[in-house]
Amino acid sequence: MEKTTSPTTEQSLRLKISNLNFFYGPKQAVFGLSLDIPINRITALIGPSGCGKSTFLRTLNRMNETIRNTRVEGAVLLDGQDIHGMDVVGLRRRVGMVFQRPNPFPKSIYENVAYGLRINGYKGRLDDLVEKSLRRAALWEEVKDYLKKSAFALSGGQQQRLCIARALAVDPEVLLLDEPCSALDPVTTAKIEELMFQLKDSCTMAIVTHNMQQAARASDYTAFMLDGKLIEHSETSKLFTTPKDPRTEAYITGRFG
Amino acid sequence: MSNARIIWRKTVNYVMLTLTGVAAFGVVSVLFLILGYLIWNGGTSLNLNFFTQLPKPVGETGGGMANAIVGSLKLLFLAAMMGLPFGLLAGVYLAEFGGKTFSFVVRYTTDLLNGVPSIVIGIFAYSLVVLPVKHFSTLAGGVALAIMVIPITVRSTEEFLRAVPGSMREAAMALGASQWKTIVTVVLPAASGGILTGMLLALARVAGETAPLLFTAFSNRYWSQGWGQPIASLPVMIYTYAIAPYDDWHRQAWAAGLVLLGLVLVSNLGARFILARTKAI
Repeated sequence: MEKTTSPTTEQSLRLKISNLNFFYGPKQAVFGLSLDIPINRITALIGPSGCGKSTFLRTLNRMNETIRNTRVEGAVLLDGQDIHGMDVVGLRRRVGMVFQRPNPFPKSIYENVAYGLRINGYKGRLDDLVEKSLRRAALWEEVKDYLKKSAFALSGGQQQRLCIARALAVDPEVLLLDEPCSALDPVTTAKIEELMFQLKDSCTMAIVTHNMQQAARASDYTAFMLDGKLIEHSETSKLFTTPKDPRTEAYITGRFG
Repeated sequence: MSNARIIWRKTVNYVMLTLTGVAAFGVVSVLFLILGYLIWNGGTSLNLNFFTQLPKPVGETGGGMANAIVGSLKLLFLAAMMGLPFGLLAGVYLAEFGGKTFSFVVRYTTDLLNGVPSIVIGIFAYSLVVLPVKHFSTLAGGVALAIMVIPITVRSTEEFLRAVPGSMREAAMALGASQWKTIVTVVLPAASGGILTGMLLALARVAGETAPLLFTAFSNRYWSQGWGQPIASLPVMIYTYAIAPYDDWHRQAWAAGLVLLGLVLVSNLGARFILARTKAI
């Protein structure tokens, strides 16, 4: 593991990825990637378009399995256990995901949040958990009187927070965010970042972003990827002020990408 | 640019606009001509008796087609019960599960089945259901109509499922839903309005079919004695009454046509209503 700089100690890791390769058919998209994701911290993944950061993120809850002809090699340990041996339903309950574009279901606000609980056969009081999840996503005050209304009636930023609430409802240990703000305006983006900061106490997060200011503002650790490989990984403040690799420096200073 | 060219260009533009406009107007007027003709010829025979009474014997005027109206509804019910589930499930398969080669075969076959002349489907149902028991039956008519309902339902179901964005499937799967659960809880509800519309239109389309019923459900001057017995239907009644030599029968055939067209119009409007309502959500 000399290649990766491990910024934290073993016991505080939530996810440990070692030597991960990923293939779309014959085309390899991720090359021998090893990365530690510490517990209750935000890890940002940055890099130019097509560098494989989204693909990598989607291997962490095995979402790539829904695409035909894909193959993964290497280990992803969640609390020390390889996710490839787990039941995928249980894994995705523990590792939630928020996508690039808000994708609420064509159902009411309430039903959107309750969805994950319902399909997992939750038998308790849904009302309380729906409220709690919406509060955690900082959306409750805005929607509490409109829970029966269609989720499509919400604005883009509200929809994205609803999607976060939906993911939080099943109380995941890890939340994967795939460019969650790329379709949102700066004010809404700030709200989502604030929300991520509040969630840090209870949730480990990995966020893919194109926006370097966002990575610098919102994350504790940053990993820089290029052409499917991990180039550099360290504390965000270090990576942005004193990058070790010349390619990282070139990217964060805007010389390419 | 010369003046002549500008005039030429404007003329071509004007002529083409007129041609397309006339064609569009023609299309609309055909429906209204048919409707007007039906009302003109059959409107007088359309009274309460038409809906409540059985056909009168030859020579007596009056009477109605209550048995044919109920018969058409029973045949459509059978077609719906047998054809719609098949069409729905096959449509789900094509849109959600199917691989490349087999899906292509299914899709192609479905389109061919849709193009099979209805009389041929009648013969098929005849040899499949009528010949073994040696008499015409409601069931046989239902089978014939069901076969016609299937391809239309398959393709419309597939189209509407494909219109559901993939991001919704991803969202459900990311919450731990299996593929089947994703389809049942998210994709199908999202497409339900469209799918229902397609089903209604498929039924409306076969409601007017005569050929597949001629030697399957046959016809009946009285109430049908059960699913295993011949039954009257509006299209076959129209056929029988229109070629008979009695003026009163002709008027009743027109009235039956009016009722049939009304049925189709109502289901079309219902379909549009459902679609508009689900789009609003």
